[in-house]
Amino acid sequence: MKTLLFLLLFPLVPAVLSSLIGHQKIGGWIVRISSLVIALASFYCAWLFIGKGLTLFSLESPWIEKGVFAAEMLVALFLLYKCREIRKHEWWIPVLIVVQTGITIFCEFGFTVLHVEHALYIDSFSVIMALIIGIIGTLICVYSVQYMKDYHHHHPEMNDRRRSFFFVMFLFLSAMFGVVFANNLVWLFLCWEVTTLCSFVMIAYPKTEEATRNAFRALGLNLLGGLAFVIAIFYLVSQGKDGHATLELDQLLAGGKALALVPAVLISFAGITKSAQMPFSSWLLGAMVAPTPVSALLHSSTMVKAGVFIIVKFAPVLAGTFAGHMVALVGGVTFLMTSLLAVTQSNAKRVLAYSTIANLGLVVACAGIGTYETIWAAILLIIFHAVSKALLFLGVGTIEHKIGSRDIEDMGGLIVARPGLAMVMLIGILGMFLAPFGMLISKWATLQAFINVNPPVLALLLAFGSAPTLFFWAKWMGKIVSVPQNAVKAADRASCDEWTALGLLALLTVAACGLFPLVAVAAIEPYTLSLFSQSVNLTGGNIIIMMIMLGFMALLPLGFALYPKKLIRVPSYLAGANVNGSLTYKGAMGVEREVGLRNYYLSGFLSEKKLTTVSIIATLVIIFAMFAALFAPCA
Amino acid sequence: MSFLAKSPWILHYDGSSCNGCDIEVLACLTPLYDIERFGIVNTGNPKHADVFLITGSVNEQNIPIVKMLYEQMPDPKVVVAVGICATSGGIFQECYNVKGGIDKVIPVDVYVPGCAARPEAIIDGVVQGLGVLEKKYAALKNKPSKTAA
Amino acid sequence: MDTKILLEQLLWGGGYLLLAPLAGGLLAGFDRIITARMQSRKGPPLLQPFYDVGKLFQKRGTVVNGFQNLYIICFLVFVMLTGAIFFSGGDLLLTIFALTVAGVFLALGAYSTNSPYSTIGAERELLQMMAYEPMLLITAIGIYLAAGSFQVCDIATISEPLIYYLPAVFIGFLFILTIKFRKSPFDLSSSHHGHQEIVKGISTEFSGRTLGLFEIAHWYENILLLGFVYLFFAAFGPVVAVLCTMAAYIVEIFIDNAYARLTWRFTVKASWIFAATFGVVNILVIAFLK
Repeated sequence: MKTLLFLLLFPLVPAVLSSLIGHQKIGGWIVRISSLVIALASFYCAWLFIGKGLTLFSLESPWIEKGVFAAEMLVALFLLYKCREIRKHEWWIPVLIVVQTGITIFCEFGFTVLHVEHALYIDSFSVIMALIIGIIGTLICVYSVQYMKDYHHHHPEMNDRRRSFFFVMFLFLSAMFGVVFANNLVWLFLCWEVTTLCSFVMIAYPKTEEATRNAFRALGLNLLGGLAFVIAIFYLVSQGKDGHATLELDQLLAGGKALALVPAVLISFAGITKSAQMPFSSWLLGAMVAPTPVSALLHSSTMVKAGVFIIVKFAPVLAGTFAGHMVALVGGVTFLMTSLLAVTQSNAKRVLAYSTIANLGLVVACAGIGTYETIWAAILLIIFHAVSKALLFLGVGTIEHKIGSRDIEDMGGLIVARPGLAMVMLIGILGMFLAPFGMLISKWATLQAFINVNPPVLALLLAFGSAPTLFFWAKWMGKIVSVPQNAVKAADRASCDEWTALGLLALLTVAACGLFPLVAVAAIEPYTLSLFSQSVNLTGGNIIIMMIMLGFMALLPLGFALYPKKLIRVPSYLAGANVNGSLTYKGAMGVEREVGLRNYYLSGFLSEKKLTTVSIIATLVIIFAMFAALFAPCA
Repeated sequence: MSFLAKSPWILHYDGSSCNGCDIEVLACLTPLYDIERFGIVNTGNPKHADVFLITGSVNEQNIPIVKMLYEQMPDPKVVVAVGICATSGGIFQECYNVKGGIDKVIPVDVYVPGCAARPEAIIDGVVQGLGVLEKKYAALKNKPSKTAA
Repeated sequence: MDTKILLEQLLWGGGYLLLAPLAGGLLAGFDRIITARMQSRKGPPLLQPFYDVGKLFQKRGTVVNGFQNLYIICFLVFVMLTGAIFFSGGDLLLTIFALTVAGVFLALGAYSTNSPYSTIGAERELLQMMAYEPMLLITAIGIYLAAGSFQVCDIATISEPLIYYLPAVFIGFLFILTIKFRKSPFDLSSSHHGHQEIVKGISTEFSGRTLGLFEIAHWYENILLLGFVYLFFAAFGPVVAVLCTMAAYIVEIFIDNAYARLTWRFTVKASWIFAATFGVVNILVIAFLK
């Protein structure tokens, strides 16, 4: 248990230190060293607990209970204080805070205390999440040291609030560890709300009007989820001891549908808002105005994963129920719609945001079904998505600082100008959709899992949704690998911090793909075995084929290096009217025109507005049905 | 053994032709003459072509274009000038804008006279061009200069 | 693993790798002759595609940049790998995903040249892939629901013909085959006719040996696609199944000659509507019956 407590509490140390120490160099080293410590601690934790079943720890003390309650009140007060800056149409946000706090206070004092025997736990799934938080999260923190320096260099008009930046980053890591280790629902709820608070503060970091409004929207939508969460706690607490109600997660999950379905649905709703599923996706898109490490950490790799983490945790309760099917449908519809929406975006971060929501939709769909196959696929999806997406966001962040734009159209020729960055981006993008890379394996497992569900609606949604993902990823890759005639290698390089993070994440992506059978056997199987006494077996033949494919892909850069250089070069075909090689041609009226190439964004074909409206309506109907089912006699 | 004679792909370019010769070239593709029997394909891309079939003469505007198209054709290649305009300028020879036949700009291997040249003559010209193509290929094999793609 | 089964797999896979170019070339020659006869012409000799590839290998190819040809080599390698997986009885889904990898490499090769015609060709290629992917996956889903397995060796040896269970899926599959064979009305990215409105689309900037490899990769791919069609008729016995496959191919040639090229908007819309109607209805019917 000491390891868990260490992971939970240690990040608060660099948080406080960073907030106090203003000196840049020392601050940077604090971040680097504490990141290394947290990463090592995560490894140690994994080494201790991986493969083992559920391990519970008790941590009883009235002081801790009071402390948790006090912390919850502090969070609420801080948020209310921040609500001074709201506009008129955001009145519902402080209302939500007040209602939520009211219910919390009522739960605390209005009912007899439900005794929680085991407040902390760890199992294989939590180990995986802890590794994601501990390794990917800390790599992102290391990356931010240099990134924030450049950020303020590029934005001299902004206040340099880096101390609070790193304070919140490490506070967030601590809260995330709390989410994955807490067995006591009240503690989970506190950590959940702290992550909401961190997200709010970080999105508002640029302190522009747009950022502040987007921060409040994120706050509001996440608070909706928080409200659902607190109602779930209220439901459990109000039943009291006689109804066998419990605030312990493991007991709840073991209690089965009769006991746990209502809280499961409510907490799944909280998960849906936190993972920005439709109809709540707008906050994640708005959150892209935050500095890129924030987008990488909170809004793709970790915080939104907390949302799907909790839904996957409740999957055994949701399995086979109408409500569970509705949750899955929300995920499936979100996947299809956001994949289509990503095609229309040329802003790299928005593409990444939509694709994040899409992948989380797949995970939610898997969790809603809740069979051993889908949970296996869901965890695999979580792992691969966390690694690849973090890599992509950090890559985009560095590219943005080097070329001054985050538009995909400006990334042409990157493979010549900045080959290292281009390779990293290509690895990330390949990792997102192509065989034999991880996401593809996960999608494959997901499809096989969905087919066995009757009726195969989700499999059909997956079939339609994966087509646009191919389009927008390949389009982006095409832009990166294009070689304009006048492309030259850039003189400056990205910093050591940034390359540590990018390089390690790229290696992780490739390693995760190459070693995924090991990962599956070591980490995912014990979890599904403990829940279902069954697990997914990958056929040996397929694994061999995928290793062969991976091998070919790995040889590719070698091929580029060794390919004969003595080639006959001619300009590209411009109907013979080339003037300056492949760059310009003689156009109408004898005017010399430049060759300009742009990707297709299908703006006339797919309307962002229409697609969003349709999916919001559809998912609202589905969520309504999900809640309505709770009142039906047999759910 | 060379496959070049069995599969000559042509690039058809109109220099400043009145389109008379062009129509005759296209007529060769019709069922009546059907040059696809010989494996001839009309590809509009110099990088895929072996035979440069030019009609019409050369003027100021198309000198750089003809040169660029010829350069973009991979070796071995032949040029067949179809019609009297491509050979020498034809009846437009003394116009202020006409420079003359194609051989003012790029080396021509076969001249097909006529105004307009008849399809049979064009086919005959291409077949003779194939003989030149074979010779050029033989010469090319004996001097490997740059590595091919 | 049983050595006998392993040997059989290797035999089939190796046989595909060696014989598919021959079969594919003959198929292409057959295609051109039938097309010519439909147009009242005589057409080239049957072995013409081999002469074409032979000629391409004898040319001194040119490039726009140093990287572009590598992508085509990758395209070829992955198409060969895909076909080998399929013909050695492997997993159908893995085959589809590997084919996607190959297609992406082709598009990347065209993108890397940074030329207008190639880039438009690549965009259209990706749009085509987006258009046919749902129907392709629905076909795989339908085959799984009807045959009970994703392994091609199991599917090819079932007793009842798949076509009985999946008639609508088959029609949808024929629709997207037109796209995959690069035949009108959906030969948007690189038509196999002489040239098109974007010159040669994705293959514009490739020449010489690389273009030859591009052709050979298409032969491999065509044989693979015919293999897919064969699966629907496999239970009738090899002779009847091959005849039915050839009949399907002749239908494709006929469609090619009857229609002019359409827009990408129509292609994407029509493919998705076909998938949503024919494909989905068939799937739901089978799922309901099971």
